[in-house]
Amino acid sequence: MSLQERPVGRRTMLACMAGAAAVPGTARAQGADPWKRHAGARVSVLFQKSPRSDLLAANHREFEELTGIKLAFEAIPEQQQRQKMVVEFASGAPSFDVANISIAVQKRLVERGGWFTDLRPMLAALEAADPAFKAADFSPATIAYGSSGKGALEVLPLNLDYWVLYYNKELLERAGLPVPQSTEELVRAAAAIHKPAANVYGWVCRGQKNANVPVWTTLLLGWGQETIRDGRLLTTTPEAVEAARLYGRLAREFGPTGLAGFNWGECQTSFVQGRAGFWLDGIGFAAPLEDPKRSRIVGKVGYAVVPRGPTARHTALFGDGIGVAQASRNKEAAFLYVAWATGVLNQSRMLKAGAGVPARTSPLQDPAAQADTPFGREWFATLLESARIARSPLPQVVPVTEFRDIFGVALSNVLEGADPKAELARATEAFQPVLDASERA
Amino acid sequence: MLNKRGQLMWLAVPALGTIGLILFVPWVFTAGLSFFEWRFTGAPGFVGLQNYATLVQDKRFGEAVVRTLVYTAGSVAGPLLLGLGAALVFVRDFPGRQALRLAFSFPMLATPVSVALVWVMMLHPQSGVLNHMLSWFGIPPSAWIYSQRTVLATLIGIETWQWTPLMALILLGGMTTIPEELFEAARIDGASAVQTFRAITFPLLVPYLLVAAILRTIDAVKSIDLIFVMTSGGPGTASETINLYLYSNAFAFYNVGYASAISVFFLGLVFLLALALVWVKARHAVAA
Repeated sequence: MSLQERPVGRRTMLACMAGAAAVPGTARAQGADPWKRHAGARVSVLFQKSPRSDLLAANHREFEELTGIKLAFEAIPEQQQRQKMVVEFASGAPSFDVANISIAVQKRLVERGGWFTDLRPMLAALEAADPAFKAADFSPATIAYGSSGKGALEVLPLNLDYWVLYYNKELLERAGLPVPQSTEELVRAAAAIHKPAANVYGWVCRGQKNANVPVWTTLLLGWGQETIRDGRLLTTTPEAVEAARLYGRLAREFGPTGLAGFNWGECQTSFVQGRAGFWLDGIGFAAPLEDPKRSRIVGKVGYAVVPRGPTARHTALFGDGIGVAQASRNKEAAFLYVAWATGVLNQSRMLKAGAGVPARTSPLQDPAAQADTPFGREWFATLLESARIARSPLPQVVPVTEFRDIFGVALSNVLEGADPKAELARATEAFQPVLDASERA
Repeated sequence: MLNKRGQLMWLAVPALGTIGLILFVPWVFTAGLSFFEWRFTGAPGFVGLQNYATLVQDKRFGEAVVRTLVYTAGSVAGPLLLGLGAALVFVRDFPGRQALRLAFSFPMLATPVSVALVWVMMLHPQSGVLNHMLSWFGIPPSAWIYSQRTVLATLIGIETWQWTPLMALILLGGMTTIPEELFEAARIDGASAVQTFRAITFPLLVPYLLVAAILRTIDAVKSIDLIFVMTSGGPGTASETINLYLYSNAFAFYNVGYASAISVFFLGLVFLLALALVWVKARHAVAA
């Protein structure tokens, strides 16, 4: 009986498949699809609810057809997702294989917990099997952003959120002033626009504790200073106090009543109703500002790079990424979801829909994407320039939420008229033992 | 051999055991955790009474305790007084009473989270309808929940708006149990409305007022949903009650041991408050 004539048994077939899968080069040479290697597996994904998760969820059938993997997808609000993720990771048996995190807030925590697996080997294997994945499309800086201090790639960045200065073109034109390039010009322009009797305010920004800290730290970057360097708190320096004073001045002199209780939602409400001249926040809010169903200032929104401070010009960078749980029993299948979600197609979709800023570079360099952006050339130019000068606005420490809470309370008090120097001194005194304990742990 | 009563008692054991497990196991677990330092990463470390020692010295916690007591007092007194007034109105017969009573009860039918979201929109200092309505009468806008000075009073006002109907319902039930003959006798004696209220209605309503106060106190002291959605404890810490501080420690700072110590303190506080009210009620029953 010749080989061709012999019936191929189930065991023989499985042995051949296993052999092919074990050698990526062979598999590729023989035409085996690396995306199909885990067909039939089941992967559970836990996401924060956002325009990104909505966009991915809308295209999940595409992932299932591409890989043959059955997907269970859950997207819940940010705060609840963070709690669920941490509690389940701590239990040692998370119900999900893939989760997304806010890199600026949670990276050190997940690193200390050892909760995510290092993606580098799987990334390299996929790149070898399918060069179209373009792993090099993630810049070294982006890869470093998603990596732990020891170099393990904890998450692949999905979305980068640069802080920009939104302005109301109509109000600024009426004031007869150019787009501010420095914080001094910003103060002058805010003062010129500010007409509280007409319910129009020069400035709006986050005032609620915790949420308000990035506003202060972004202004502080204008002095070229961060809040912690080499484990030492720099929150009582003259620069830190001046930044807090500037934050308080903008809010108290040119902001609406009650700004101390504003989170981004209230800021957005004021801005879309044409009641605020400037708003400092993440670039991801362009979509609602340009949505005719939600905004009264469609076509009147200007986008500018955060103005230069006394000594430097920087902006804040936030971002989120996706990783594979260390406890997952389907790590490779789970990684395929991470790879698909951060693939060129989805990143381009995200940019086009205004659902976020891709972590990959190619969608941003695509001339068609630049021409097609729903927010205009000024938005794109602001984005590219912001990417060039971005820095992390939050310290890379485990108790970053306590940092935001303690200094957030101090900043809220500044908005109510308290002395910035005394408030920052009090907050520093309260946070120092927390930081010390965290470093000892 | 067990008698019939003893046999029947055994039938209750599974139910009692289940209730006991549900009630006490989480508390024993929480009390146990309060002696550990645990931040979800790594293994818990035994620290003895350290978390309780920190609790005593924690100024922010002390402020949260005072704020909780103020919030509870306001959220009990407001609905109770207005509920009493409403009950005095609704106990009388007048055209459209049923429809008005139904409309009056709407606030307590809504879930606190949806109530909170609606109020957040209404209280926005620039775009909220409340400041807009005040402007009709030349009243300057208020910052409501957006200022440290007004936030607690505003939240108590919303609690009062939501829970006055329930208090009115309880007191209305109490009023219908007062014999009509007493009011007839007062009328024959020429008693005024105020005298009738002081001598008949109020004394006979006291047991119902106490029940309403117990229910409202336990509910108000535990309140978290409304505050969490509307202010997250801010601006600053101006509306941070024990519950909010506990939540921050457990789920924002991941300081599980310390949050457990706060939980144990909080359970004690609720227990003491309930005990005090039950004692007052029992004393009143004996005196009556």
